[in-house]
Amino acid sequence: MSAEALPPGLAPRLIAFCEELRSEGVAVGTSEILDAFEALEAVPWTDPADFREALASTIAKSQEDRRVFELIFDRFFFRAAEAEAVSREIREGGDGAGSERLDPDQLRQAIREAIAENQESDMRDLARLAIAAFGRRGEGSGVVGVDVQRIRRTLGLTPQAPGNQDAEGPPIDREGINRFERHLRRELERGLIERTEKLPPARPLADLDRTLPTSPSQDLAAVHRAVAQLKRRLATLGHEQRGRRSNSIVDVRRTMRASLETGGVPLRLRHRPKRPRRPEILVLCDVSTSVTSASVFFLSVVHALHDSFRKLRSFVFIERISEVTDVFEDERDFREISRKISQEGGVADISGYTDYGRVWREFAEEIADDLHPRSTVIVLGDARTNGREPHAEIFAEVTERAGRTFWLNPEPKLYWNYGDSVMAAYERHCTAAFECWTTRHLEDFVNVVAGGRVRED
Amino acid sequence: MAAAPTIVPDSVTDVADGLRAVGYLPSESASLVSFLATKLGKPVLVEGPAGVGKTQLAKSLAEYLGRSLVRLQCYEGLDEAKALYEWNYRKQLLRIQATGEQEAWEDIFAEDFLLTRPLLQAIASAEPVVLLIDEIDKTDQEFEAMLLEVLSDFQISIPELGVIESRTHPIVVLTSNNSRELTEALKRRCLYLWLDYPGVEREMEIVRLHAPDLDEALARRLVEVIHMIRQLDMKKPPSIAESIDWARALLLLGAEDIDRSMFERTMSIIVKHRTDIDLVSERVGVRLAGALGSEQAEATG
Repeated sequence: MSAEALPPGLAPRLIAFCEELRSEGVAVGTSEILDAFEALEAVPWTDPADFREALASTIAKSQEDRRVFELIFDRFFFRAAEAEAVSREIREGGDGAGSERLDPDQLRQAIREAIAENQESDMRDLARLAIAAFGRRGEGSGVVGVDVQRIRRTLGLTPQAPGNQDAEGPPIDREGINRFERHLRRELERGLIERTEKLPPARPLADLDRTLPTSPSQDLAAVHRAVAQLKRRLATLGHEQRGRRSNSIVDVRRTMRASLETGGVPLRLRHRPKRPRRPEILVLCDVSTSVTSASVFFLSVVHALHDSFRKLRSFVFIERISEVTDVFEDERDFREISRKISQEGGVADISGYTDYGRVWREFAEEIADDLHPRSTVIVLGDARTNGREPHAEIFAEVTERAGRTFWLNPEPKLYWNYGDSVMAAYERHCTAAFECWTTRHLEDFVNVVAGGRVRED
Repeated sequence: MAAAPTIVPDSVTDVADGLRAVGYLPSESASLVSFLATKLGKPVLVEGPAGVGKTQLAKSLAEYLGRSLVRLQCYEGLDEAKALYEWNYRKQLLRIQATGEQEAWEDIFAEDFLLTRPLLQAIASAEPVVLLIDEIDKTDQEFEAMLLEVLSDFQISIPELGVIESRTHPIVVLTSNNSRELTEALKRRCLYLWLDYPGVEREMEIVRLHAPDLDEALARRLVEVIHMIRQLDMKKPPSIAESIDWARALLLLGAEDIDRSMFERTMSIIVKHRTDIDLVSERVGVRLAGALGSEQAEATG
């Protein structure tokens, strides 16, 4: 219960751990570190669960922080243990897999079952077996990420829609595969450390890892919160404020009244207040294969928008464009909506490749007449044309007619304009373009939309 | 209340057992954080969806530790006069009228003329208390800033009287539904606990603890249905308290199984929103009928 109960090496370790958390953007203050030490004196630190909880409750002060904490905790103490093992020259006996050779089909079957039943320890063992069977340890590429993907592909682990269940065993989802990949990665790293007897440099967390796992209800709630904010902002600052005073009407009565202060000389002009106009929004959402991972997020954004705005029209597109306003208005449940859209969206195309040029043409022909300076167009898409004509000039016409155009791109800015992405051609015509694949980005978008253009009054 | 001696727990399991004894089944992290709160004397910030027992945790903690509970319910526009203290103007006026003005100035700003509000009450209490600041996210940031002094030093400064320091160390529990981001400064001073809906097993235990006469199979079915409902995208998912209410209602009705008609009759206990009712009866009601049908098929076949 006193300070000397803590082993001597722990303090520097913990501080190093907090350093690592800081480098990942968790704000760990000195007071938090002190709290952590105090907490560790109060609980038996030999119990792994208590140890972790005590640290988490004193250091990670929000759910997002907690998520990063878990990832870093695992990584840090895994690496620390491995470093210790290297320095003491401890090795795990044998390759573990030599004795029982499973043939690939059996192995695949076993992995599927382990993932379906969520058996972490089984997954770990199977990951080692898989590495032994496929990874060709001696001649692996040496790059862990490459090896993980190679093994996953050889095993034929792909997420399945619940509909087309084949005889391979229970269906597995993306989340399950991710978990298995984590085990693979860890075991590969362990092998690498054992071979080279030194630790590889730590990589920063990927953005996608640190976002909360997509449990639909939680994510939806966050998206809805951000969109509700967007609604307030859009409602109070309309396009008409760009012109500011230039064409506002002088309020004679109020001007005269104000002139009383200055002895009847109307020094200060008073203007009639402008009514905020109700915004009209048109959302265009790409649902093609290149944005599969993002389209769930996008659809939830559209879903949330529909919840907040009455004057909203939504469209989905791949090769052609199709209005889905009705689907969103009739149906509340999100999963049902995504099913309906994928089945009856009217965009079911042969190739499944986006044709932005054609989409703009159709949009311009059918809908552009309804556009006016009050409308806001929001495009959710990756601007990957698959080599087809982008027809940026038609897009320019559309943006011309609309008051404001925003583009939300699910790819990091780094990838824009690489390959078949023609983001630059479109970005020129937009009021603004944002990268957007997490709710945090969505909030940023909301802030930028509002930023600096606060109502005068 | 004064007769019950206050308990000082020695270990995490003590807290877990103690909370269990007063009818609250804590998760591992909940008992650990509660234990740390008693040990370190730091406030606890509890976040989580509505209806997972955040407020109840504070109440049970008070009951287990034998402390009285002081509760401050937050709302928009809550100010210091409602949370901290207020001068009793009428009494002060009377005093001034009763005595000469000169003498009165001396003593109308004394503790006798102070109306204590929850925060001051918790700080000044002679007995150790549990202070529950409920739904802190409903207040504005100014109020949060005011709380900082109370939470870090357990003292309140009253300009006319000086600083009132706490005589005993209160255990402070703050709850938040996350409707707005709390300030870093406040978070920094707190231990953080995220409460989520319990898993099937633990919720089973909770339901059976509060409705002990309920058949085990039925309780399991009930909890499974509740979990199914929580999966849906609802305006207000059913809370733990509502599953307990539902269990009690089923007991009263003498239900033996949750079939479709029973579900539709009692659904209003767990679902309290018109659109949610439509959604739930459409999704879950149908599935229940299906399950019942297959059971009957098995029974006859």
